[in-house]
Amino acid sequence: MSRLSDLRYSDVTPQSIYVNRRRFLATAAAAAGAIAGPFSGQGRAAALTGAKSAFSTTEKPTPQQVITSYNNYYEFGTGKDEPVRNAPKWKVPAPWTVQIGGAVAKPKTLDLDAILKLAPLEERIYRHRCVEGWSIVVPWIGFSLSALLKQVEPTAKAKYVAFETYYDPKAMLSAREAGIPFPYKEGLRVDEAMHPLTLLSMGLYGETLPNQNGAPLRLVIPWKYGFKSIKSINKITFTEKQPDTAWATYAPNEYGFYSNVNPKRDHPRWSQASENRLGEGFLGKGTRRPTEMFNGYAAQVAGLYNGMDLMRNY
Amino acid sequence: MPKILASKWTKAAVFLVCLAPAGYLLALGGLEYRAQVQGIGQPGNLTGDPIKYITHFTGDWTLRFLLLTLAVTPLRKLLNQPQLARYRRMIGLYAFFYGCVHLMIWMGLDKEFAGAELWKDILERWYITVGMASLLGMLPLAVTSTAGWIRRMGFVKWQRLHRLVYGCAALGVIHYYLLVKSDIRLPLLYGAILAVLLSYRFAVRRRKAGAVAAR
Ligand code: HEM
Repeated sequence: MSRLSDLRYSDVTPQSIYVNRRRFLATAAAAAGAIAGPFSGQGRAAALTGAKSAFSTTEKPTPQQVITSYNNYYEFGTGKDEPVRNAPKWKVPAPWTVQIGGAVAKPKTLDLDAILKLAPLEERIYRHRCVEGWSIVVPWIGFSLSALLKQVEPTAKAKYVAFETYYDPKAMLSAREAGIPFPYKEGLRVDEAMHPLTLLSMGLYGETLPNQNGAPLRLVIPWKYGFKSIKSINKITFTEKQPDTAWATYAPNEYGFYSNVNPKRDHPRWSQASENRLGEGFLGKGTRRPTEMFNGYAAQVAGLYNGMDLMRNY
Repeated sequence: MPKILASKWTKAAVFLVCLAPAGYLLALGGLEYRAQVQGIGQPGNLTGDPIKYITHFTGDWTLRFLLLTLAVTPLRKLLNQPQLARYRRMIGLYAFFYGCVHLMIWMGLDKEFAGAELWKDILERWYITVGMASLLGMLPLAVTSTAGWIRRMGFVKWQRLHRLVYGCAALGVIHYYLLVKSDIRLPLLYGAILAVLLSYRFAVRRRKAGAVAAR
């Protein structure tokens, strides 16, 4: 896999465009604020940049407009164009805290500012593959989740890590409407969670995360289907047993705990052999491409699953 | 009211109104073409995933026109507007039209005419199988929708064949129910509308049968 070594930073949108875009956004936000009334001043992006990372792909990042307007965030609507309309109205609670406990020596509740100081920020350009058969390339800002998890000193009993999304019934759909249980839950094995590729992200495209992308902080696990990369995390628990996860609870025959990208293992309703890369080509023409095992990250992560039957442990 | 409904201008207007969703889609496509190919204006007119957007858009309108077709007769009777019958064929054909566009988008844009993958999906994915059955069911109805065919088949036989449209609509609702991931509110809404239309039909039938028995 040569992908990870040969980063060409020129593939990424140059800083001048960031800056211009940010100026544009600020103007647009001000204009919108004048009209939007009660919701003005919320969800406005602030600059957040990071050093380039050897983990980045050289593939061309998907346009920011696509990444921030086409989202699966069921709490804010089950259509992919709904979160961009509904999520910005949500006021992210401040200070944002993440409660970390369970099988750990030092349970802690950390606020966002403290978390941001744990490690230097990096920009990691990752491929992102949705279970529905589309993919994007995202320049995330963040650092390895392990930097956060080490703070609480997991005990020998800790085999899994459970994550939970903040749930605000007033601003979000009910579980009944969305059809899946809320608060949204996800989980990883400890070795997956501690893997350097597993990213705790607070931004994308040089700015803080928009609400619809999981503000203020989320996971990004590039070798797993997108729904594993849980958004707006406010609770992390180390456990001995495999935790319940939202989609696997809802339909265990369709979604498994691992949900590693695997072109050979079809979802009952979609082939996983290929994917549509969004944001390229008129009407997506010529953007269908074969899906790679572990989304192309096999060299880094295949070792985590030695001896496991991945057709059964999907 | 009956006069307006009988006018050929009204029929032309309804024809254009039914074409409006397609026109809207074409306009968005035009904007997207300008943005993506000519570099004028903002992209994203068809959301981040244009193929999916167009598929959903045309699927929605297929089902809506199908249900609208089924609503014509009850409305005609309830509102006592016999002229409404003139519109049923056109609306039904529009359902078939949007269904064909829906299928072509899936085959051409989504699967890029990859034969093997198409067959695999049609045979293995239940929601595709059911959608295909629904559209195939509409095919003989579209073909025999002319006055000539009613004459040739005889009205009773023709009417019996065209009851298939209820099956097509039911398959359309099932197709939708099967393909959503977890939010079943809209498929259930369409299913409920279909149930109301069906029960109206049964009620009328039962009353007729009762009238015959009482004689
Ligand atoms: C001819 C065979 C058909 C094929 C191959 C087909 C295929 C599809 C596909 C691939 C989708 C999108 C699935 C997804 O989002 O993952 C879809 C959605 C849909 N289709 Fe079809 N379909 C067919 C026939 C029909 C017919 C006849 C109807 C209506 C009676 C219909 C109504 C719908 C509806 C309502 C949706 C969902 C729209 C939404 O989510 O807003 N389809 N179809």
